[in-house]
Amino acid sequence: MALTVDERLEELWEEEPGLGSVLSTVDHKSIGKHYIYTAFAFFLAGGVEALLMRTQLARPDLHLIGPEAFNELFSMHGITMIFFFVTPMLFGFGNYFVPLLIGARDMAFPRLNAFGYWIFLFAGLFMYSSFLIGRAPNDGWFNYVTLSNHQFTPALNIDYYTLGLVFLGISTTVGSINFIVTILKLRAPGMSLNRMPLFVWAILATSFSVVFALPSLTMANVMLELDRRAGFNFFNVAKGGDAILWQHLFWIFGHPDVYIIFLPAVGIVSSIVPVFSRRKIIGYLWLALATMTTAIIGFGVWVHHMFATGLPTLSMAFFSAASMLITIPSAIQIFAWLATIIAGKPVFKTPFLFVLGFLFVFVIGGVTGVMFAAVPFDQQITDSYFVVAHFHYVLFGGAVFPIFAAIYYWVPKMWGHLLHEGLGKLSFWLIFVGFNLTFFPMHILGLLGMPRRIYTYHAGLGWDGYNLAASIGSSVLALGILVVLVNFLLYGLRRGAPAGPDPWGGDSLEWATSSPPPAYNFVEIPKVQGTEPLWDQPELRDIGFRARDVEMTLAEGHDTMGTTVVDAEPESVLTMPEATYTPIVTAFGISVVFVGFLTLLLPIIVLGGVIAIGGMMAWLRPKELPE
Amino acid sequence: MAVNPATAEQHGVGTSTGISNAKLGVWAFLASECLLFGALISTYLLYHDRTLPGTPTPRQVYDIPYTSVSSFVLLMSSLTMVLALAAIQRGDQEKLRVWLMATALLGMTFIAGQVYEFTRFVQEGLTLKTNLFGTSFFVLTGFHGAHVTGGILMLLSLYGMSLDGRLPTERAEVVELVGLYWHFVDVVWIVIFTVVYLIPTGK
Ligand code: HEM
Repeated sequence: MALTVDERLEELWEEEPGLGSVLSTVDHKSIGKHYIYTAFAFFLAGGVEALLMRTQLARPDLHLIGPEAFNELFSMHGITMIFFFVTPMLFGFGNYFVPLLIGARDMAFPRLNAFGYWIFLFAGLFMYSSFLIGRAPNDGWFNYVTLSNHQFTPALNIDYYTLGLVFLGISTTVGSINFIVTILKLRAPGMSLNRMPLFVWAILATSFSVVFALPSLTMANVMLELDRRAGFNFFNVAKGGDAILWQHLFWIFGHPDVYIIFLPAVGIVSSIVPVFSRRKIIGYLWLALATMTTAIIGFGVWVHHMFATGLPTLSMAFFSAASMLITIPSAIQIFAWLATIIAGKPVFKTPFLFVLGFLFVFVIGGVTGVMFAAVPFDQQITDSYFVVAHFHYVLFGGAVFPIFAAIYYWVPKMWGHLLHEGLGKLSFWLIFVGFNLTFFPMHILGLLGMPRRIYTYHAGLGWDGYNLAASIGSSVLALGILVVLVNFLLYGLRRGAPAGPDPWGGDSLEWATSSPPPAYNFVEIPKVQGTEPLWDQPELRDIGFRARDVEMTLAEGHDTMGTTVVDAEPESVLTMPEATYTPIVTAFGISVVFVGFLTLLLPIIVLGGVIAIGGMMAWLRPKELPE
Repeated sequence: MAVNPATAEQHGVGTSTGISNAKLGVWAFLASECLLFGALISTYLLYHDRTLPGTPTPRQVYDIPYTSVSSFVLLMSSLTMVLALAAIQRGDQEKLRVWLMATALLGMTFIAGQVYEFTRFVQEGLTLKTNLFGTSFFVLTGFHGAHVTGGILMLLSLYGMSLDGRLPTERAEVVELVGLYWHFVDVVWIVIFTVVYLIPTGK
C-alpha cells in the first residue's frame, strides 16, 4: 500500500456520505454548517414574526392581529433572534473557522460539539412547538415576574420559555467550554496568544462570558419553573418574594449577553478590515485587549437595565459610570479599524460594504446607548420606541451586518463557489436602506411618546407617517435578505465561479487550504511565526494540500496536535474520536426529559432519562485499552 | 513512518507537562457550576430572614453541632479521594478500590445526614413552601446534595471499572477528573456551611 500522505489522511478522516453521516458526524466543518443552516432558518422565522408585527402596526387602528397574538409575536421574535439566531450563527462560524484559523484538525471535543448542536436544534424545535398548541411565550423576551408568575400567566406559555432556555443553555455552555479548550490547547505550533487571529480572541472572550453569565439565567428559570409547577415562592410577592430578584438574575446574564452577541461579530470585522484594506491591522494588541476588557466590564453594567426600578442613587451612579466606561474599548476598536482603512488601499467588495455599514450603524447605536447611560434620560425614555430603535441599531447593526459580511466573506471557502458580486451589492443596499428606514423613524416615535409592545394605536397622535415608513422599510429589508438567500442558493451552492483556495488574498490560515477544505483541514500542521501567517510566510500558502515536512502531517492516526496554553509549544499528539451516534442519542434523551417536564408526565421523564444515560454510557465507555 | 520527536509524547489522554484538554474542560465546567451555586447562595442571603409570622426561622431549626459533624465527614472524603488518586498513580489497584469505596461511603454518610436533617426540619414545620427561608434553604442545600449524589455514582462507576480491570494506571486521569469534581463539591459545601449555618442572622 503506497498511499501518498494526503490519500492516507483522506482515508483516516473522511466520513461516509449520506444521512448516517449527517446524524453521526463529529467533523467541526459539518457541524458548523448545520449550525449556520439551522440558525438561518430561525432568523427567517423571527423575521416573519417581525414582518407580521410591522404589518399590524403599518396603519393606526388595524386589527389583523389581536393583542394576545401580538404578545406572542414580539416575545418569540426577541427570543428567536437573541437565543436561536445570533449566538448559534456566530457559534456556527466559530465552529467552522476556529480550528482552521488556528491550524488544527478539529475542535478539542468533537463529540461534545455534535451534542451541542443537537441540543440547540431540539431546544429550538421545543420552543417553536409552543405555536402548535397556540401557547407561545408571551411575556416578552426577558419574561419579567410577576407577570410571568403562575397566577398571571397560568397556561404553558411561560413553561415553554423557562424549560426551553434551560434546555438551550446546555448547548451554549458545552459549546463555550469546547471553544475555550480548543483555543487554549490546539493552536498550531508558534501561534502564541499574542499571534492569535482577532476572531479567535473574540470567540475566546465570548466563551468565557457565556461560562460566567449563563448560569444566572439558568437558575432564574429553574426557580421560576419551580414556583410555577411545584408551588414554591421565590417570586411570589404575597409570601415576601422579590420581583427585583428576577431582574437582577436576568440582567447579570442579559447584559454580558449583549457582548456575547457583539464580540464575535466584532471579531469578524477585525478579520475582514485588514484583508480588504490590503494592509496589516493597526493596533492588533489594543484590539485584543479591548476584546477582553469589554467582556469583563460587560459584567459590571447590568443594573443599567433597571434604572427605572428605584434603586439607591449611589448604586445607580456606579452602574452609570461603568456603562459609560464600556464605550472606551469600543471607541478604541472603531479608531483602529478606521485607521487601518484610511492607511490602506480599500477594495470595496461586498463583505467590506457590510463592514462599512456596520461601522455607520453601530456608531449611531453607540451614541444613543451613551444617552441611556445617563440616568435621567433613561427614565424619560425607557419602554418607549426609542429603546426599540436603540437596541436594533446595536443588535442588528452590531451583529447582523457583520454576520452578512461573514457570509459573503466565508461562503466561498465553505462551499467552494464565489457569490455573485452584483447581487451582493444589491443586497447590501437594500438591507442598508431598509434597515435605516425601518428603525430610524422609531427614535422619533419614541420621543413622540409611542410605547413599545403595543399592538395598535389611534390615528392623530402624529405617529402614523413614521409607523408607515418603518413598515415599508421592513419590507425593503426583507427583500434584501431574500436576495442574500437567492445569491447563496443559486451561486454559493453551484453556479458561482470556483473560489480557489484564496479568493480575497487573505492573511489567515483558513485560506491556505482548498475550498471547501478537506476533512483533515491541512495536510501539514503549520508552524506560525506572526499575526498574519499567510502574508509573512509564503511557504504556508499551500500547506493545506502539499506536504513538505512529513513529521508535521501526523498521518499515522486520526490525530491533531496539542500545544501549550500561552506559547503554543508542541506538547502532545491527540487522537480524535470517530463519527458516532452517541451525541444525538444523548441529546434526544434529554429532549424527552424536557418534554416530560413540560407535560409533567413521570413516565416520559423516566424514559428520557434512560435514553440519555444509555447514550452517555455508550459515549463515555472507553475504547480498547491503550497499548 | 518516523515519529516526530518534537511531538511524540503519549497518544490519547494528554501529557504530563501542562494541563490536559479534559482537565481544562472540567475546570471550565466547574467555573460555570460556581455561578449556578452563586445564584442560589445570593438568593438564600436575600431570603433567609424573610419568614412569615409563626413559621420557623433559621435560629429555631439549625443544629450547628450536628451539621458540623456531617461537614467534617464530607471534608474527610476529600482526603480519601486524594489517597485514591495516589493509589492509582502507584498502580495499586487494591488500595485504589479501598479508597474509592471509602470516599463513596463518606459521601453517603453525608447524604444520609442531610436526609435526616431535612426530615427533622419538616417535622418542625419548615417545608419548601412554608416561607422564603424554607424555599431558598432547601433548594440550595438540595441542589448541593444532588451534586454529592452524582459524585457518589461516579465513584461507584470507577470502582466497577477497576474491578473489571478497565481502570489501569494509564487512565489515572479519569480518577483525577472525578477527584476535581469531588473536591469542588466539598469546597462549595464549606461555603454553604459558612454562609448558611455559621453567619448569624437577625431572627
Ligand atoms: C429583520 C428585521 C427586524 C425587524 C423588522 C424587527 C422588528 C421588531 C419589532 C416590530 C419589534 C416589536 C417592538 C415592540 O412592539 O415592542 C421588535 C422587538 C424586538 N426585536 Fe426585532 N426586528 C428585526 C430584527 C431583529 C434582530 C436581528 C434582533 C436581535 C438580534 C432583534 C431583537 C429584538 C428584540 C430583543 C425585541 C424585543 C422583544 C420584546 O419586547 O420582548 N430584532 N423587533
